[in-house]
Amino acid sequence: MGAYAYARPTSVEEAVAVLASAAEAGQRTQMLAGGTDVLVQMRSVDREPRTLVDVKHIADANRVEIGADEIFVGAAVPSGILNENAELKAILPGLLESADLIGSTQIQGRASIGGNLCNSSPAGDTIPAIIAAGGQCVIAGPSGTREVACEDFLTGVGTNVLGDTEFLLGLRFPRPPPRSGDAYLRFIPRTEMDIAVAGAGVALTLDEGGNCVHARVAIGAVAPTALLVPAAGEALVGTRVDDAALAAAGAACSDAASPITDKRGTVEYRKKVVGVLCRRAGANARDRALGN
Amino acid sequence: MAKVHVTTSVNGEEREVLCEPHQSLLDVLRDELGMTGTKEGCATGDCGACSVLIDGRLVCSCLMLGVEAEGVDITTIEGIANGSELHVLQRKFLEHAALQCGICTPGFIVAAKALLDTNPDPDETTIRYWLAGNLCRCTGYDKIVRAVQDAAQELAYEA
Repeated sequence: MGAYAYARPTSVEEAVAVLASAAEAGQRTQMLAGGTDVLVQMRSVDREPRTLVDVKHIADANRVEIGADEIFVGAAVPSGILNENAELKAILPGLLESADLIGSTQIQGRASIGGNLCNSSPAGDTIPAIIAAGGQCVIAGPSGTREVACEDFLTGVGTNVLGDTEFLLGLRFPRPPPRSGDAYLRFIPRTEMDIAVAGAGVALTLDEGGNCVHARVAIGAVAPTALLVPAAGEALVGTRVDDAALAAAGAACSDAASPITDKRGTVEYRKKVVGVLCRRAGANARDRALGN
Repeated sequence: MAKVHVTTSVNGEEREVLCEPHQSLLDVLRDELGMTGTKEGCATGDCGACSVLIDGRLVCSCLMLGVEAEGVDITTIEGIANGSELHVLQRKFLEHAALQCGICTPGFIVAAKALLDTNPDPDETTIRYWLAGNLCRCTGYDKIVRAVQDAAQELAYEA
């Protein structure tokens, strides 16, 4: 490996200054949170020297705040710490179960949902759950922060909207009203620690009569990026999230999917499975909403 | 290439070390500090042989940079025994013959200790899932699980 460097900013301003001066000098930078993707990649597919900018010493990147109207999850918070947060688990169980599917105990001690999003793999398990829950990406840059809806953050396989002098500070979620629930399911050919063949996240809210008044459905590993599927959400709104509505939502997901055939599954298989996962995740989200 | 000066605590002892910016904590422990109890298996976070505790939390030292260890408390396999007296997990691994070649063993012991520190009475499923990030090509895992169960029982009996 060539000339690597390491920076450890303790404020957003300091981090942006490091990114800006490197950009000006034509030097490459990469943000570092848990490192569970970055370190593997820099020893295998991408050995080019760069300055690693450690985001973990910026207070906001480590902050988890559950407010009356919104929830903030810092980009560097390890998924193991998120899953120990009982209050957050009760509010966004689907988001936390998506994080809990990634990696071993050791990996979850470092890996963050912000890192999973910035790695921007089509199969990143937290991404459909973040989109379904209405996650907004809080992006820090030279002119302050800007926000981008998670479904608009991803631009392709391994790419996203972040500029050279920007980084993801955290994710902001609207706090779900009463009678809300979210869920994420993926399919892998073994019991755990594998890359999704397909995944589906559903977040919904019911009224007092059990009718769905809000629903967002997102799918993963079946297109170059995770996708929001508005037609699937619309298929659930106004229904009691019964089998017929879930089947319609599942069909919308199968239609929206544009997967590839690879060693993990064929186009036909993935399109079918993503519909099944949507139905089952929708039923889980509904049951959680009824329990809330 | 500019080396970075890092001050860290390893098994309760303050250590200072000069790290390359890209050097893994695993390489720093083994090559700079001479602590070779922590093993390298895959170097990609899949096998758990390099498991250490960082501020009490289980991580793969191959997926952490040495420079990230500034100011943290590291526990390695060398810090598990009390002097020459083996930790109950180490004793139970011997009694149950829960190892053959031994490369994975330090990682399993550190990971199992992290489990018992937070959950003194784990059931078998919990143990198997917790240790799913530690690979062993010799034992078939059963003897390892039995050793951890027996250690938990002895610790509960002592408490």
